[in-house]
Amino acid sequence: MCLAVPGKIISIDKENNQATIDYGNKTIRKANISLVTVSVGDYVLVHAGFAIQKVDPKEAEETLALFREILSNEEV
Amino acid sequence: MIVFSLKDKNLSQHIIHDLKKKQRNYQFMHVCGTHQDTLMKHGLDTLLKEVGINILQGPGCPVCVTTPKEIEEMIVLARSGLIIATYGDMIQVPGINASLKDMQTEGYSILTVYSIEDAVSFAQKNPKRTVVFMAVGFETTAPSTALTLLNRPVKNFHILCCHRTIPPALRLLLEMGESNIDGLIDPGHVSTIIGMKPYEHLTEQYGIPQVIAGFEPIDILMAVWMLIRQIESNDIKVENEYARAVDPKGNQYAQQVIQDIFNKKDVAWRGFPLIKGSGLEIKEEFEHYDARKTFEDILEPLAEKEFKEPDGCRCGEVLRGLIQPENCPLFEKTCTPDHPIGPCMVSVEGSCHISYKYSKRR
Ligand code: SF4
Repeated sequence: MCLAVPGKIISIDKENNQATIDYGNKTIRKANISLVTVSVGDYVLVHAGFAIQKVDPKEAEETLALFREILSNEEV
Repeated sequence: MIVFSLKDKNLSQHIIHDLKKKQRNYQFMHVCGTHQDTLMKHGLDTLLKEVGINILQGPGCPVCVTTPKEIEEMIVLARSGLIIATYGDMIQVPGINASLKDMQTEGYSILTVYSIEDAVSFAQKNPKRTVVFMAVGFETTAPSTALTLLNRPVKNFHILCCHRTIPPALRLLLEMGESNIDGLIDPGHVSTIIGMKPYEHLTEQYGIPQVIAGFEPIDILMAVWMLIRQIESNDIKVENEYARAVDPKGNQYAQQVIQDIFNKKDVAWRGFPLIKGSGLEIKEEFEHYDARKTFEDILEPLAEKEFKEPDGCRCGEVLRGLIQPENCPLFEKTCTPDHPIGPCMVSVEGSCHISYKYSKRR
């Protein structure tokens, strides 16, 4: 229930604040997007039928890059 | 299409290698069923134990922390002929004499929904029936409940509000100090809504290291590594490992709708005493939708009643991080997912359920 899943927005129905979201593995579902500001192509976390936040793939890559750097410089 | 995820085998190996260099003695707590699932699914719990790092699941399962009284409220409302709608796991939680699922078998109207919107649209299509939606969940679900009420849905729709918020529970855990926590892995999804700030005063007050973490195995490894680094370099703070989804400020619109609809109130959690300011109560302006107000007379007999845990169930201690599911004498014996005694075995986010699921695989 608290399980949020990331998916990619493939279309938006502005009037009803609904988006069609592709979760991969051929799973496509609608979600309410009233809580977020998004466009087609964005990744979102969806929880109980509502998109709760955008997910940024660039940021994910940056986190990894940052970590590679920290790890190569220091050890715990 | 592949939905992106965070993977880097070399990096994971590097972190593991780094952790293995030294034996430690730390205990960390997370408060999220999805974190627990990642830990157990990938055997990270065992791997970390080997290097002296024990990770506990605290009260991070909304179904599990729902109190016996709240379950009974649903049952009483269902008995009176109202339609009860809620998320799947909830209906299996055993009440005093029955679960909602048992009542469904007896012919009462119990509806399992995926989203609050399904419950509203059912009410719209059945204007002569009265629907009560049991709203459970932390800051991740509270905004969808709030938004629904803000749009003033049909009048035959009501909410039994059981929403709870995480930071007050963390505060109480630290204040009680009984589970000896050296660091907190903060819940990623809750944090997408609340951001980093609500955790900061906990670190200030209790000197506790915290890292907000995502849900891939590498996220957990990084979070653990970051906590250790904080402790060993004596630089205690709140860090955000899940930057791809957690804005430091959170989702401000979601925070706003929560504030518009709810007041904070003191509520009990299963296994815990009353936790100050940890519950959400529907504001007076929207009280028509509040099932506790509208059906006060039906719920009244429950007001004075004493509720206790199911016989022998130790969910309370599991939720406080005092024991592991395996320490409960009923675990895997009389208590299984097909025949759950307590909510921690019902919910896919409950420690007992997750331990059961993966112990079969080992
Ligand atoms: S194993 Fe079952 S009875 Fe024991 S604590 Fe978990 S849910 Fe309760």
